[in-house]
Amino acid sequence: MTTTLYLPMDTTALSMGAADVAKAIEFQSCANNQAINLIRNGSRGLFYLEPLLEVETAKGRIAYGPVSVDDVESLLAQGLLNGEPTHPLYLGLTENIPYLAKQQRLTFQRAGIINPLSIEDYIKHQGFVGLANALALNGQGIVDEIKTSGLRGRGGAAFPTGIKWQTVLDAKVTSTDHKKYIVCNADEGDSGTFSDRLIMEADPFSLIEGMVISGLAVGATQGYIYLRSEYPQAHKILEKAITSAYQNQYLGDNIQGSEQQFNLEVRLGAGAYICGEETALLESLEGKRGLVRAKPPLPAIEGLFGQPTIVNNVISLATVPTILAKGAQYYQNYGVGRSRGTLPFQLAGNIKQGGLVELAFGTTLADIINDFGGGTYTGEPMKAIQVGGPLGAYLPEQQWHTPLDYEAFSAINAVLGHGGIVVFDDSVSMTEQARFALEFCRVESCGKCTPCRIGSTRGVEVIDKMVAAHQQGESANQAALNELLVDLCDTMVDGSLCAMGSMTPIPVKSVINHFADDFITDLPTKHIEKISVVSLVSTGEQN
Amino acid sequence: MVDVYDPNSEKSSAQNQAFQADVLKAGALKVTGLKDLGTPYVESKEQVSLTIDGQSIIVPKGTSVMRAAALLNITIPKLCASDNLESFGSCRLCAVEIDGRKGMPASCTTPAEQDMQVSTQNKKIARLRKNIMELYISDHPLDCLTCPSNGDCELQDMAGAVGLREVRYGFDGENHLDVAKDKSNPYFTFEPSKCIVCSRCVRACEQVQGTFALTVEGRGFDSKISTGMDNDFLSSDCVSCGACVQACPTSTLMENNVIDQGQPERSITTTCAYCGVGCSFEAQMKGEEIIRMVPAKDGQANHGHSCVKGRFAFGYATHQDRITTPMVRDSIDEPWQEASWDEAINFAAKKLKSIQTQYGTNSIGGITSSRCTNEETYLVQKLIRAAFGNNNTDTCARVCHSPTGFGLKATLGESAGTQTFDSVMQADTIMVIGANPTDAHPVFGSLLKKRLRQGANLIIVDPRKIDLGNSPHVRLNYHLPLRPGTNVAFINAMAHVIIDEGLEKKTFISERCQTDSYQQWYNFISNPRHAPENTQAIMGIDAEQLRQAARLYATVNNGAIYYGLGVTEHSQGSSMVMGIANLALLTGNIGREGVGVNPLRGQNNVQGSCDMGSFPHELPGYQHVSDDNLRGKFEQYWQVAIDNEPGLRIPNMFDAAIDGSFKGLYCQGEDIAQSDPNTHHVEAALTSLECLIVQDIFLNETAKFAHVFLPGSSFLEKDGTFTNAERRINRVRKVMSPLAGKADWETTMALSNALGYEMAYQHPSEIMDEIAELIPTFNGVSYKKLEQLGSIQWPCNEHNPHGTPTMHMDDFPIGKATFALTEYVATDERASRKFPLLLTTGRILSQYNVGAQTRRTDNQSWHDQDILEIHPHDAQERGIQDGDNLGISSRAGNTVLAAKITERMQPGVVYTTFHHPESGANVVTTDNSDWATNCPEYKVTAVQVEKVSAPSKWQQRQKEFSNKQESFLPKKRKDKARVND
Repeated sequence: MTTTLYLPMDTTALSMGAADVAKAIEFQSCANNQAINLIRNGSRGLFYLEPLLEVETAKGRIAYGPVSVDDVESLLAQGLLNGEPTHPLYLGLTENIPYLAKQQRLTFQRAGIINPLSIEDYIKHQGFVGLANALALNGQGIVDEIKTSGLRGRGGAAFPTGIKWQTVLDAKVTSTDHKKYIVCNADEGDSGTFSDRLIMEADPFSLIEGMVISGLAVGATQGYIYLRSEYPQAHKILEKAITSAYQNQYLGDNIQGSEQQFNLEVRLGAGAYICGEETALLESLEGKRGLVRAKPPLPAIEGLFGQPTIVNNVISLATVPTILAKGAQYYQNYGVGRSRGTLPFQLAGNIKQGGLVELAFGTTLADIINDFGGGTYTGEPMKAIQVGGPLGAYLPEQQWHTPLDYEAFSAINAVLGHGGIVVFDDSVSMTEQARFALEFCRVESCGKCTPCRIGSTRGVEVIDKMVAAHQQGESANQAALNELLVDLCDTMVDGSLCAMGSMTPIPVKSVINHFADDFITDLPTKHIEKISVVSLVSTGEQN
Repeated sequence: MVDVYDPNSEKSSAQNQAFQADVLKAGALKVTGLKDLGTPYVESKEQVSLTIDGQSIIVPKGTSVMRAAALLNITIPKLCASDNLESFGSCRLCAVEIDGRKGMPASCTTPAEQDMQVSTQNKKIARLRKNIMELYISDHPLDCLTCPSNGDCELQDMAGAVGLREVRYGFDGENHLDVAKDKSNPYFTFEPSKCIVCSRCVRACEQVQGTFALTVEGRGFDSKISTGMDNDFLSSDCVSCGACVQACPTSTLMENNVIDQGQPERSITTTCAYCGVGCSFEAQMKGEEIIRMVPAKDGQANHGHSCVKGRFAFGYATHQDRITTPMVRDSIDEPWQEASWDEAINFAAKKLKSIQTQYGTNSIGGITSSRCTNEETYLVQKLIRAAFGNNNTDTCARVCHSPTGFGLKATLGESAGTQTFDSVMQADTIMVIGANPTDAHPVFGSLLKKRLRQGANLIIVDPRKIDLGNSPHVRLNYHLPLRPGTNVAFINAMAHVIIDEGLEKKTFISERCQTDSYQQWYNFISNPRHAPENTQAIMGIDAEQLRQAARLYATVNNGAIYYGLGVTEHSQGSSMVMGIANLALLTGNIGREGVGVNPLRGQNNVQGSCDMGSFPHELPGYQHVSDDNLRGKFEQYWQVAIDNEPGLRIPNMFDAAIDGSFKGLYCQGEDIAQSDPNTHHVEAALTSLECLIVQDIFLNETAKFAHVFLPGSSFLEKDGTFTNAERRINRVRKVMSPLAGKADWETTMALSNALGYEMAYQHPSEIMDEIAELIPTFNGVSYKKLEQLGSIQWPCNEHNPHGTPTMHMDDFPIGKATFALTEYVATDERASRKFPLLLTTGRILSQYNVGAQTRRTDNQSWHDQDILEIHPHDAQERGIQDGDNLGISSRAGNTVLAAKITERMQPGVVYTTFHHPESGANVVTTDNSDWATNCPEYKVTAVQVEKVSAPSKWQQRQKEFSNKQESFLPKKRKDKARVND
């Protein structure tokens, strides 16, 4: 009898050695004369357990992990194929692993369960039910469902998706040779985030289905997935999935016999963080420099090639099939306040159990880091948590009980963003973190607006000068520099063209406000040297 | 509530011009017309009303808050915004607060909305602006006192406006202060250390010029303006139009003249003397010295844009080669004798009189200049008709656009193009036939490219690939590479297809065209012999491609045809012009904006010289000399009898000179020895003359055959008017005294008086007043009105007191338009075994016509010799490599040019320019000419090409002759001339 095994092929599992483990399993089972069918699924998102090997048994899928090549022989010898519990890596039924069992998986319902490249597998797991329902509705009907669901943009800005779709539905193309577009923002550049990549690698058809539905909703016939070039595995998987969707008439000129049309292509970015900003993304997609456009006009009215365009994040679009399949109300029932549904949080940084945690809005940060994270990786006490990417605030312990919902975070001058949670232990230098925010902006600013282009560079220099003034005991100078830094932060917030420049001060100010005792003073000597070297290097580059 | 007048909202219709005139009276235009309103005018049917700093205003929907504020005379600081560029939102200085909105949006990118309440100034906004300026200045050299922009720097102004007093960041941070200058362009310097990365230069290059030579390289703090991959300005795609220099708010891009000489102190608006676009420029002066020419923002032909010639190549006007003293001699084998004006004029008058005594009244004549003003041209033809007593007047338009005059008069009833340049912005399909706008009419070319980037269709009909079809973001729908000399077969095929496929506009034809002529023409054109399938072998154009192009022209709302000398300079030039008019009439593409028949005029005043009666058969205003009534009007006004027989055309003058019946010629501002075809023949004619009077600013090729040299004045040295290709009469204003003491009109007057016909004008405006009296379509023109309106497009009379931007809107001057029969007749000039290739000629961007002006400027950096372009196939057959010296021989003569192998050419066709006299392009061209007007067939010469090692005999002789003639010049000349090179 052939036994079915699952071993993920997503980027995280691969980076943890899944490819070698797979080879070892194939080799060893062959040597043992054991008949197996090794399916390369996507990760369940329990990254601390990767490579996570699962075996299909009568009781369900039983997990072992993290598996290394060295474990393969013993696993097979100790009854892996029957799901025996004797091996030390035995984890029991996958779905009962608390990290997974405690989650509310809506968007990621199929992640790690199905073979991401099998359209049959996708269909077997409620795939394309949403599309079938959508095909029975008109455009307005679909848009109404999305509005009712309360879905907001998961890229970070949290703009109500239904309203954006309504705008595109109502907008007109400039002439009959033009068309509307659906653009999926898959330029996931925030530090500590990976949910976009995981859904594309573990369940690519959900994104494709979401984009087809959005096309039907607003009358768009062409879609583009703007994928960062740093995701080669996601690229391969998406391309194969798109080919399969065309072959099965889920894409193309006659979707499921409906005579509706939708075409989809993947376009690769060229390594600029700013191209995750929707208007810079559109410029890049048009073949131009990734430069932010002023809004208005909104992309929904004048987007790609000047035509009405939906620009949505991967997670927003991949959530659409669930909403259409299970009903807007079902989705809307999750969450709190104006933050409805679930958010796939991504636990990263100095954390023991990193991974993807999809939960309804409303839980607290403390819950997630305690119930799921299991403390820091180093075992040292946690000091700060940055939520929402490099432009998010550093939260001190007293703020960790804030409910994870957009409005609650906004109230404390923080952002939920794309749901990235990066944990720092008490060895972190908050001065360095504040400086890093400006340094990141310096490197990644598109250079269009003055506050961001020059301000970020000056910000780094001001912090360096503050450190130097502190070292030399010049307190008067330090106070003046402090005022200058605050002034600069205000200038960037008030004057910047896009969120990049206007949000860069958020982490800086959070350090000034919540870690006042550490700011400027918590820098070990070697860091100061590093800073001055960095300054010299950057001056050198200029010349 | 103030309902403010927005000058750019003015469409070019007569009604709106009337409105504009009223506004002018009220003085409003002066206030808003020249001020930079920050963002472009937006056209909208909807109006919104908003309040800015407590003042209300109504603007078209989509207008920016910045523009609305500017219209209220509320100044919002800005650095990256300019009203000739789309808003960009990069400097952030223009932040404002809007009630009910978060933050401080940039006013340039925020559209005005109904009931919006805007504050442009408060403490919070002031702090933000000051902090932004502080950032700018932290990466800017503090050398204001020694900076070329000192006194004219927007950055400096803004620092002052926001009250920046200190830069707390210090100046020891990362910066761009050490980046090297790029001095490769001869006219301007790029100094990146002064750059604030506002992108105005990049955007001007894209949006105004359409060349896309500039970009921003790198990102964040490393962003810098770049001319492309490892290029400097000169080796980049830059065409040196100057748009970037003009757009730059600092001295990052700065004219070398300003760097060397400082800021100009006064400015006078005048009109460029290069091509037929007729750009308005501000001549910015220090005393009598020109510092720079800046395109006038309110210039109605150019809207603030320019090309490398008008913008930068004005140094010729004060070049040391200028001759500023009259000279005389008895024989061309003798050295010149300097003379006083009186001596020279009397010498000339005496010679002319004695020739007439000996050989008869008709033995002398004159040539008016298409480069001189209307007033001067008018005077020369008046001199000939009144003082010479014959009609032996002609003009250089003979050799360029005479078929336009003839062909359009015959079909549409008026010898002029039908549209304004701006009309192209309404065109849906644009067909360019035998014209090269990006080189020869660059400022119009830029406007055309703008429309094409908006998505208009483009059809190019040309034997050669021209740059227009290869412009960035321009889609060339069809290039129809016809064989030189087959224009009429082509235009007939187009018309045949339209009839064949039922695409003609029947209503227009029945309402606006003569039924008989249409029926006759219909029977002619529907004959299958005109079908493209039957003529494709002749034309070299694929029949199906031609059919598709015909559909594209005929089926859009607005189809517009632009054509140049590739249409006129043929043995069937006039037929082709009429064929074009037929096509426009057939498709109803006449009489509104976006359509029309648009001749692109070569020289600045070709239209004007034709209007002014330069042709031997027509008095000013195209009034025929044989019409007693019309002639009578002139006789009465001029108090002289006028011959009722047309006089000699230029080629007739040459023939008569060789025959011995034509002995004296007064030639003003035209270099017939270089520009006219069949140089051997021209030289023979010139050497046969007993008295050749040349009036020019240089000792040109013709002057080397002259007996009297009367120093001319450049366009900077006189008042007058030029009329451009869109019939626009533009003012030429004197910005410096004539170098030789007389403006050209004064010289003509002196000659007339010496000949006994009195002329006593005090100012060219008096000449215009006379013109207005005598030409019905000029009745309403006066200098006073030109001052008021800026320019006037004729007809301007009691029916159209503010001029006529679009012709033939309601009817034609001849009532209904006529279809002309245009049978294709192959030229005699065809490829043979002896001469298997066809030579065609044209020009390039940096040089102008015979090059007398541009060769005396740094434009030589781009094109210092004429070359022969040849297809790789033809080159390979002859073993030709790039740069080889090629002997080009035709039945008329031969010359030698360097080879350039290019796929621009089609096999069997070679191409050259005629900007350099030593090239001898016209030694090769023949005296074939247009059947109706004698316009030479420059565009088709059968030639053979072979590798040679030495210049041609003519070139050697020309060099010798030229050297000898130059040695005849008085020696002291060089010290006297004002030197500027």
